[in-house]
Amino acid sequence: MSSVPPIQFYPPARSSQPPMPPEAARVVQVELTIDGRTVSVPAGSTILDACRAEGVDTPTLCYLENLTPINACRVCVVEVAGSRVLAPACSRKVEPGMAVQTDTERVRLSRKVVLELLGSSVDLSTAPQAPAYFARYGADPERFGAAAQPAAANERDGLEAGHHHAADGQPSAATVGQPVKIDNELYVRDYSKCILCYKCVEACGVDAQNTFAIAVAGRGFDARISTEWNVGLPDSACVYCGNCIGVCPTGALMFRSEYEMREAGTWDEAAQTSTDTICPYCGVGCTLSLLVQDNEIVKVTSPLDSSVTEGHLCVKGRFGFSFVQQREPGAAPTT
Amino acid sequence: MDIHVIAPLASPAERAAVDALLGPPSSGWAGGSRDSANDGHVARGGHAARAERDLLLPALHAVQDRIGWISQPALAYICRRLTVPPAEAYGVATFYGLLATRERAPIVAHVCDDIACRLVGAEEVCSDLARTHGPAGQPSADGQTTWLRSPCLGLCERAPAALFTVAGDAPEQIGEAPIDAVGVIARLASAAAGRPIAIDGASLSAEERLADARISVPQAGDDGLQLLARVGRVDPGSLEAYRSAGGYAALNRAIELGPEAVIAEVTASKLLGRGGAAFPTGRKWAGVRAAQGSPKYVVCNADESEPGTFKDRALLEHDPFVLIEAMTIEAFATGASRGFLYLRGEYPLAASRLRNAIALASAAGLLGSDILGSGFAFEIELRIGAGAYICGEETALFNSIEGKRGEPRNKPPFPVEVGLFGKPTAVNNVETLANVPLILREGGAAFATIGTEGSAGPKLFCVSGHVRRPGIYEVPFGTTLRALLELAGGVPAPIGVTADDTIRTILLGGAAGVFVGPEVLDTPLTFEATRAIGATLGSGVVMVFDRTADLVGTLRRIAAFFRDESCGQCVPCRVGTVRQEELLARLAADRPHGSRADELRLLGQIGQAMRDASICGLGQTASSAIESAVRAGIVPA
Repeated sequence: MSSVPPIQFYPPARSSQPPMPPEAARVVQVELTIDGRTVSVPAGSTILDACRAEGVDTPTLCYLENLTPINACRVCVVEVAGSRVLAPACSRKVEPGMAVQTDTERVRLSRKVVLELLGSSVDLSTAPQAPAYFARYGADPERFGAAAQPAAANERDGLEAGHHHAADGQPSAATVGQPVKIDNELYVRDYSKCILCYKCVEACGVDAQNTFAIAVAGRGFDARISTEWNVGLPDSACVYCGNCIGVCPTGALMFRSEYEMREAGTWDEAAQTSTDTICPYCGVGCTLSLLVQDNEIVKVTSPLDSSVTEGHLCVKGRFGFSFVQQREPGAAPTT
Repeated sequence: MDIHVIAPLASPAERAAVDALLGPPSSGWAGGSRDSANDGHVARGGHAARAERDLLLPALHAVQDRIGWISQPALAYICRRLTVPPAEAYGVATFYGLLATRERAPIVAHVCDDIACRLVGAEEVCSDLARTHGPAGQPSADGQTTWLRSPCLGLCERAPAALFTVAGDAPEQIGEAPIDAVGVIARLASAAAGRPIAIDGASLSAEERLADARISVPQAGDDGLQLLARVGRVDPGSLEAYRSAGGYAALNRAIELGPEAVIAEVTASKLLGRGGAAFPTGRKWAGVRAAQGSPKYVVCNADESEPGTFKDRALLEHDPFVLIEAMTIEAFATGASRGFLYLRGEYPLAASRLRNAIALASAAGLLGSDILGSGFAFEIELRIGAGAYICGEETALFNSIEGKRGEPRNKPPFPVEVGLFGKPTAVNNVETLANVPLILREGGAAFATIGTEGSAGPKLFCVSGHVRRPGIYEVPFGTTLRALLELAGGVPAPIGVTADDTIRTILLGGAAGVFVGPEVLDTPLTFEATRAIGATLGSGVVMVFDRTADLVGTLRRIAAFFRDESCGQCVPCRVGTVRQEELLARLAADRPHGSRADELRLLGQIGQAMRDASICGLGQTASSAIESAVRAGIVPA
């Protein structure tokens, strides 16, 4: 009899405490040294995270907070004691006792040469960070010779892996120069400015859009961002979200409006204001940053730290702004 | 994943090529004909559909082999079958040198113009072909044949070499060497007339096939050989012959010992990896066994593509079962149930012998669900590369198997923990694995007594260039370079001239290796002694250049090789290899920027950035041979 549990006609009394969130996992701190100074950062951080926490300015090109580290540009390399080669700060995780040097001769030389290799092969005229990086490391892309003639349209897209024409001793340096690809109303692709950082591929793929309209094709110096068979964007899987533009570090991918204003010489960043608002189209509530020049929206972005967008938008939010500018003919612009 | 396909339908032949590999399409969603009764209101996709991505490269091969090139409709069909976005599949197809994404003649001669072949007239072969057949890549008048330049085909002992690929319903591939332009054209004409090119067919007796071994392995049949003991003596097509020559005794022994004891034996043997990095094999296996995560994989890296290297080819062609046995032992020891053997696409004979070996071993219960009645289950899949040196880098190799572009991954994490399909993986070179049955038969301690303290065991060297009998040679570690060259018949020299005076330089370790001078001829060939002289054993290449050799041309070919074979992922290697090649061309044309000393200083800086900042070993060693040539005074200052 005694082993039979009592039948409860009422539920047991409630705890007097309201339910609490589960205890947060203890963050394990990892100690390492950066340039001789001891730093403590949460386990799982990268060397770049640690450098930034410590205020050590580290150049990056292919790194972006909202994408998986690609570590292809190698401009963030640092020296890690005991390692045969330099390590990419953007992706290497910190380890206890790690000794990192960020400004040795070896690091400076690698960063300088990497910048020179990029500067000599790619048009960096619209890459915002480039001038400061070049000045900081004394990089001189001219050391490899003047830029060779750009390729004809679509020429680089037909190059086959393993079959390049050997260098012929000419004094010029090969580049990725080629005409701008303009095949739609919304954005242009100027691959002579492409440093092949893979960010647009990641944004088009699993890091944001999951559309997979573009990938890297070809191999080596002939590698390029491409749709399948280099078809134009209207024929490709592209949905014009423009997230590739949002992550491009060099201006290779650009709003058509910005491109045309730059061509016409009317693009004036000093005269632009940025206003944050909420996208009016659907209920998600994405933050839009409207870049306005002369009372016209010239470009739309979203802040990387927006918890809703993480910097990514869709075609409507990014490109669907012309209705804002439908004004009565003859009406005076408001200020 | 919503696959956006824009191409027209693939031709029946293209679909048949893909279906022969993948089976008929299961529904209209997978590229079959639409059937509203079955295809309406169904969910297709998800992990199950995407999990077939690793069949992408085999599917591309299927179309390439059948049609001769991969058209947009054919690729679109593959994409629908395997749920791969067309842009990504195009990125994969355009990554490989042996795959064509533009229409190409179905019969192709890939003519090697790499460093060993160019020592014996490859450039003349190419210029003769350009004159008689037309420029490289241009199809013949009937559109049936063409020829292309190729990086090292691994037939250096018989240079100059060519690889013939014939697309069609019964595709054929065969490497031929030595061969001249007349021979190339005759082969192309024969294939165009519908006659077979292959000589390794049923028409030859086993004896005739074995006779060939002495060309690649001049020591074949000698007593006292360990790694090469069966080469030329035991029919590579017969499991019975392998077993009666002592084969599979080691697997029996391994099963008796148990996995931990096998790893202990391999550790005690002090076996170091023979692929170039010299990592302790026992430690690698123990790491995989201890690693969290399942399933675990074993991978045999048979993507031997280092210019001047052909040792793995000789083993695979003449002793294929030893690899199957060794991989089985490795899987048993590490706890893996699936193995991949990744063979470079330029080794068709090795491929057919390995296929045969895997089939025979499976039929005999030596692969499968219950190996030798022990309950241990293991399968091996042969995967064929498609012309990419970078895929010999272990993480690039994983990506290639997984159906991605063969781009290396950052390390750490290392393959022991995160390897193939993100799982713990033991990846070993062919020659490394060939030592394993030996270790289990003789015991790890006994094996460790062969060679020297720091470099245990027998070692294969690929001797080529200016020696009398180029080929694979097996010697214990510690043999001097001089003794090795004598074994290879010595260096042809005018009467009264010593070898030391005839040799201008020796390339140790391949294109990623180091040029040394004749003053190091008495250096023992060990990991430690070569390191001490600033050189490397690398993949075991010993290529001899006499005083007549065109060394500047050789250096430019090495630079062109790395420029072609860089995957393009990281900046130092992608652009650095271009600048290195341009700089050498300027020096050769005597048009330096500034002084020659300025150029050499710049070359050193490019080299250092590539060495320090590249993602993988390709970029890190792309300047090694060239910088060593500057140090050795081969590049005039």
